[in-house]
Amino acid sequence: MVKRMVLALLGLIAVISIGLLVLAYRPGLDPITPPSAGLFPPELVAKGKMLAGAGYCASCHTAKGGEAYAGGYAMETGFGTIYSTNITPDALTGIGQWSEEAFRRAMREGVARDGAHLFPAFPYQHFALVTDGDLQALYAYFMTRKPVTAPSRRPDIPFPLNQRMLQAGWKLLFFRDDAYGPTSGRTAEWNRGAYLAEGLGHCSACHSPRNALGAEKTAPDDRYAGARVDDWYAPPLNASNRAPVAWNQIELFAYLRSGGTPLHGVAAGPMSPVIHDGLSRLSDADVRAIAVYFADRFGAASDGQSAVSDAALAKALAATNGNGEPAARGASLYDAACSSCHYNSGPMPLLVRPELSLNSALTASDPSSLIQIILHGVAMDEGLPGVMMPGFSQALADSDIVELAAWLRSSRTDQPPWPELGRQVAALRAKSTASRSTH
Amino acid sequence: MSQFHLNGRAVSVEAQDDTPLLWAIRDDLQLTGTKFGCGIGFCGACTVHLNGRAIRSCITPVGAAAGQQVTTIEGLDPAGQHPLQKAWVAAQAPQCGYCQPGQIMQAATLLADFPNPSDAEINAVMAGSLCRCMAYVRIRKAIKLAAAEMQQDATQGAKP
Repeated sequence: MVKRMVLALLGLIAVISIGLLVLAYRPGLDPITPPSAGLFPPELVAKGKMLAGAGYCASCHTAKGGEAYAGGYAMETGFGTIYSTNITPDALTGIGQWSEEAFRRAMREGVARDGAHLFPAFPYQHFALVTDGDLQALYAYFMTRKPVTAPSRRPDIPFPLNQRMLQAGWKLLFFRDDAYGPTSGRTAEWNRGAYLAEGLGHCSACHSPRNALGAEKTAPDDRYAGARVDDWYAPPLNASNRAPVAWNQIELFAYLRSGGTPLHGVAAGPMSPVIHDGLSRLSDADVRAIAVYFADRFGAASDGQSAVSDAALAKALAATNGNGEPAARGASLYDAACSSCHYNSGPMPLLVRPELSLNSALTASDPSSLIQIILHGVAMDEGLPGVMMPGFSQALADSDIVELAAWLRSSRTDQPPWPELGRQVAALRAKSTASRSTH
Repeated sequence: MSQFHLNGRAVSVEAQDDTPLLWAIRDDLQLTGTKFGCGIGFCGACTVHLNGRAIRSCITPVGAAAGQQVTTIEGLDPAGQHPLQKAWVAAQAPQCGYCQPGQIMQAATLLADFPNPSDAEINAVMAGSLCRCMAYVRIRKAIKLAAAEMQQDATQGAKP
């Protein structure tokens, strides 16, 4: 009896394994001789360059201080650390031997030229929306980059999750190969914005929470509900966004074009290269289209011209002008270290004095971004280019940062206190100390 | 090695990128008008301008200034006749003087942002610039003198 049960179980395992193999099998595509750069029309390469900006491919496919697109950038996931690959046209270590068909399959289905499944850290579920014409241009752009010899690094993901075959199961569960089609009843501009944001822009890859298996949650309330990513917090891009002065099309455009606005602050952390190294290659019309699309997601008035709420602005600035507890230690720290640059006195804050009471770092449900900025500042090429904020990691003890952040939260927002602030400050400091000592 | 512009002149220093900008300015480039106070960005004595905005040079790494414009008290005005410097003399603002270069550099950013500053604006923006001699009353007076002169200059400059 026991023997029969064991046999049955083994049989079942064999059947599942074979099924998985069949499901997971993708043929390798023939290697090609790397095409010479001269084969690609310059206009197509130029278009590909713009599109590579729209997808800010360099942000993940370039290691810090490394050669452009040569990979090696570490991405922490809930399952382990994964390293981006070399997408320069180097024959052996890059994509030099990839045909356009292989490139298209990787972008659309997440399968490498040799048939291996790619991990969904590569957001192919978004790139599946990209048109053939745009993929052709991207292929032309990457195949005309300087080839760099840089072998890919194996992911630090434990067995069995590192088995690429299992990705086929993930795809079965979560991957929907929905070709993009215009949404009827929307303007051409809205649809262009949707195409860029949902496709190459893959905005929701950071701004939507993920489920236990690492797939973006797709319920309407979860889409763009904000998420913690790479030790920063990507704020919600839907009606649950807590910005005191509501986002609208004009503010979104200014933010995405220049990196900051007086009413919403500057782009720091992972959002900074998205704007300065990526979206900066897009035309004003394309950036405006993205702004139109997200203004709609935020629930801004459909004309996109909804006036700034004077009442919300006045309330935020009143908080800034000090009706918090003056005796609090956080207040003293703020007066000494922060207000020389961050103080504003209505009616309108100045762009070069980021107004914290209006800033998502302070209003968000997670304090990671605020803590990161207090610790490490905002570099010269982040936020508003040419304006930098020094970090206070050497100046402020963890307890100082906790008191400063808690005081800012209570005096400048109507949001509840952050729980576990102390633990988060300690964790983020420990992490940055570790990463700095290894570089 | 970092290269940047100091008071309009191209300079380069042999220092690691994480060396405080203050050390590069004082020790490598020998401009000692900028002072060391607390070393943690809490007293304002080391304030210089980075691309025209006041910044604490003791907590700013020299690498962050690469390719940028740094201005110290020596470069605020080629002849030392910036309206703030004249006002500082007129109001006899300094006592021991140690904090004053930082005070003046911070005040320059204050006046750029708030050309006609109220007491509240002066207090808030200058709060991070400490003066152990308690010369705050005269510092405020000097800032208002300078603001008046700069506004007058601006109005006159606007005339054809």
